[in-house]
Amino acid sequence: MLKAKVILVALGAALAVPAAMAGSTPEEDRKEAVEYFKQMFPDVPYEEYVNGQYALDEDRRSQWESLQDFPPYEFAVAEGKEMFETPFANGKTYASCFENDGIGVRQNYPYFDEKNNEVITLELAINRCREANGEQPLKYKKGNIASISAYMASTSQGKKFNIKVQDSAEAQAAYQAGKEFYYSRRGQLNFSCASCHVQNPGNWIRADLLSPALGQPSNFPVHRSKWGELGTLHRRFAGCNRNVRAEPLPAQSTEYRNLEFFLTYMSNGLPVVGPSTRP
Amino acid sequence: MRKTIIAMSFTTLALGAAPHVVAEPSQADIDRGKELAFSRKDGNCLACHKMDDGKLTGTIGPELVDMKTRYPDREMLFKRIWDETKFNPVTVMPPFGKHMIMSKDEINRVIDYLYTL
Ligand code: HEC
Ligand code: HEC
Repeated sequence: MLKAKVILVALGAALAVPAAMAGSTPEEDRKEAVEYFKQMFPDVPYEEYVNGQYALDEDRRSQWESLQDFPPYEFAVAEGKEMFETPFANGKTYASCFENDGIGVRQNYPYFDEKNNEVITLELAINRCREANGEQPLKYKKGNIASISAYMASTSQGKKFNIKVQDSAEAQAAYQAGKEFYYSRRGQLNFSCASCHVQNPGNWIRADLLSPALGQPSNFPVHRSKWGELGTLHRRFAGCNRNVRAEPLPAQSTEYRNLEFFLTYMSNGLPVVGPSTRP
Repeated sequence: MRKTIIAMSFTTLALGAAPHVVAEPSQADIDRGKELAFSRKDGNCLACHKMDDGKLTGTIGPELVDMKTRYPDREMLFKRIWDETKFNPVTVMPPFGKHMIMSKDEINRVIDYLYTL
């Protein structure tokens, strides 16, 4: 019902923009987003947003829950653990590259590195670790990197996202760039991320139920039945770009990293629940 | 966001794509229109609109019914399918004509079909 209202209001005032995330600081954006979705879905408890579309539809939710006894990503997580613990040729392991030996740190990624002025995602950190230890980087969208990232997420389950946007002009600019990306229309079909995940969560687009922006990164990497395997967040970004007939950007491009920075900041306070499953 | 809207109003004003006045459409025109409206790679209207006997329709847009009563002015209907952002800058309906998702003729066939609903 509220969706109809949003559309009507928009038609009335030609310049109306959806009210979510129109703040002047990242924290204002986040609070507005929480408030916006609370009004849109008064019955959905805040912590439920980590479950994406399943927070919004009981039928889908119960089907999904009935499949949780044998999660299809279990094997990949075990493989990820093994790779994580296996020393590189130089004798060191991934643990040497991460705070707390890489255990229980997922909630701090991505972060803004003020030395090199760039956003560091977990997958980028994994590959940088490999390269620093003389190993070849892994491909970014699926396979080993998704397994390692899934293992690392699994050691962080329940920990709340705690992304920081420092006061520096560069950190703020990276956040703003991500936010702008989320709100910019692109592709022949002329959608922004917000067209679907801010204006229309809870609506069906053909046979797909749209999830809200809030909580979106919490369940990554994710096992999609469509993929038949685990995939990373940037694989999903590329898919959503392609669906609107926009040229997807490379995984771990500056644009996608900034986008992840913005989107994960929006989920601050929500727990890590990855890896999970989606259709 | 504001920038996008300003840019949008300049570019859309320039497009005076008028539909040609059509005679009574043939059944073939209507069938073609339905095909275009339903096909995923053309109109894909079902992604958002309930209409006719379409299955698994989305819920983003209003149901497309009574089109003749609601749109006695064919040109108005054409303009909205051509570029709905002109009428509602924050709409999520793709600008089918402006972004060359469908040609003028194709949009006219879709309208022939819509007028049977
Ligand atoms: C035309 C509609 C559309 C647009 C535009 C779109 N998405 Fe999606 N997105 C979907 C659908 C459908 C799904 C699968 C259902 C769901 O989980 O929302 C999805 C899923 C996702 C998910 C996974 C959610 C989960 O719970 O696992 C993420 C993350 C995501 N989108 C991010 C984005 C980003 C970032 C953009 C812009 C670059 C974007 N989307 C643009 C339709 C869209
Ligand atoms: C991605 C979503 C989407 C798609 C695809 C879409 N529409 Fe829409 N449409 C909407 C929405 C939302 C509205 C409500 C008005 C607005 O947003 O400005 C709308 C409104 C309309 C209206 C005016 C509303 C009314 O009933 O008076 C017409 C006519 C229309 N659409 C026709 C079409 C046709 C024909 C197609 C396919 C060729 C199509 N739409 C595809 C989302 C969509």
